[in-house]
Amino acid sequence: MSQSIALAAPDVPVRRSWQIPLRLRRLISPLVLVLAWEAASHLGVISPRTIAAPSVIMASAWDLTVTGELPENLLVSLARVAVGFAIGVSAGIVLAVLSGLSRLGEEILDAPLQMLRTLPFLALVPLFILWFGIGELPKVALVTLGAMFPVYLNLFAGIRGVDPKLIETAQVFGLSRLALIRRVILPGALPQLLVGLRYALGVSWLSLVVAEQINASAGIGHLINDARDFLRTDVIVVGLMVYALLGLGADALVRALEQRTLRWRPSLVSGARA
Amino acid sequence: MTGVRVRGLTRRFGTRAVLDRLDLTLAPGSFTALLGRSGSGKTTLLRTLAGLDAVTEGALVEVPRPTTVVFQEPRLLPWAKVWQNVALGLAGDDARARASAALSEVGLGRHLDAWPLTLSGGEAQRVALARALVRAPRLLLLDEPFAALDALTRIRMHALVLELWRAHGPAVLLVTHDVDEAISLADRVLVLDAGRIAVDVEIDLPRPRDAANPTRAGLRRHFLETLGVKDLVA
Repeated sequence: MSQSIALAAPDVPVRRSWQIPLRLRRLISPLVLVLAWEAASHLGVISPRTIAAPSVIMASAWDLTVTGELPENLLVSLARVAVGFAIGVSAGIVLAVLSGLSRLGEEILDAPLQMLRTLPFLALVPLFILWFGIGELPKVALVTLGAMFPVYLNLFAGIRGVDPKLIETAQVFGLSRLALIRRVILPGALPQLLVGLRYALGVSWLSLVVAEQINASAGIGHLINDARDFLRTDVIVVGLMVYALLGLGADALVRALEQRTLRWRPSLVSGARA
Repeated sequence: MTGVRVRGLTRRFGTRAVLDRLDLTLAPGSFTALLGRSGSGKTTLLRTLAGLDAVTEGALVEVPRPTTVVFQEPRLLPWAKVWQNVALGLAGDDARARASAALSEVGLGRHLDAWPLTLSGGEAQRVALARALVRAPRLLLLDEPFAALDALTRIRMHALVLELWRAHGPAVLLVTHDVDEAISLADRVLVLDAGRIAVDVEIDLPRPRDAANPTRAGLRRHFLETLGVKDLVA
């Protein structure tokens, strides 16, 4: 069958010239939408109070970048997420390892954590303001809490899901408990931890957005709130775009980490037979 | 040199005694096959010898150290390279060199840095064999290690195991449900029934053992009868 195709190929008329690669073709409909939006804005169909024109938004983005307003606020937001995420992930890992590896740890830790998990943590904002005031602390705390649970739940499940046959084998070959954890249990739970990390990143951005709605004097959320007061829909959209790009970047980071740490998986080592 | 000595081993699951005051002695360097129907306690006995099943009810179980196991499945860590799997738990700087030597012996000297999931079933089982051998065991437990392999690979594995046994001289206990495999490989065949060693036969035939050998055919019939399949085979 492949042979007949190969033979027929030269006879095919030269229609390829106008064929656009799939990746570019997929860009056509969004591009058309943006152009329609631009046109509608100029014709007065969409008022700038509803949403600014794409060209205006891009110009604002440029202005905000050049004046340093966007980079400064971006750094503040990034710092909040970074600190909150780091603390939350660390706490989640420590708690999951403790309750994943020991029956006692599970009995002590798992029940309260499962109870807290069912709480919609964003609803804790009022309480956090009372506890931590309106500075950086409640914002970071909210991100921490948001990042902790996905990591805890996934890593705990990952540890408990490690093939008991592999654990048994490691015991036959005389691995110490520490070596067993380091060489067998943690690598075995790693894919699940990465799922948790990815999820935690998503929740972290969400927490940041919510946290920055409350009395922020800096950060992307502050930029957006400020713009709202001045009816600057262009700046609001710039802020939203930044949020989206940050989320996308963070996801790419975790995926790169996955590629590196899970390179033993068959889908990633196809054809890499040594 | 000590072999294996088991006296009065009883193991219950619930009220059912899978092993019932079992006695067993294996000489150092001997090759023994253990036959039994499924559920006869073969695997339980092997797990006890491997130290994976606690000894209760005051039994005596003496096992030489080191004892290693090859299981029915390779049980390799998929996230560790082949040589790291072989060197699992080995101390010292020469771990890679020792793993490399063991892998060469099983014919996988070029697969040191391969990931286990890229190996075929037979290759993976040879890695498991190298992992068991690299520790220079005085007792090698084989828990139906060829059951999941195709017929041709199985024949090659039989030859390899015999070769390695001759070269290193551990006592070998092969748990299997395959009568032909037991007769081909072992010098002594045991049949486990009702929690005890019901049959204990020395096999004094030169290797390789011809399937058409009349002694062998008689042994085969005898073992199949004790395993309760007398009337089913022609």
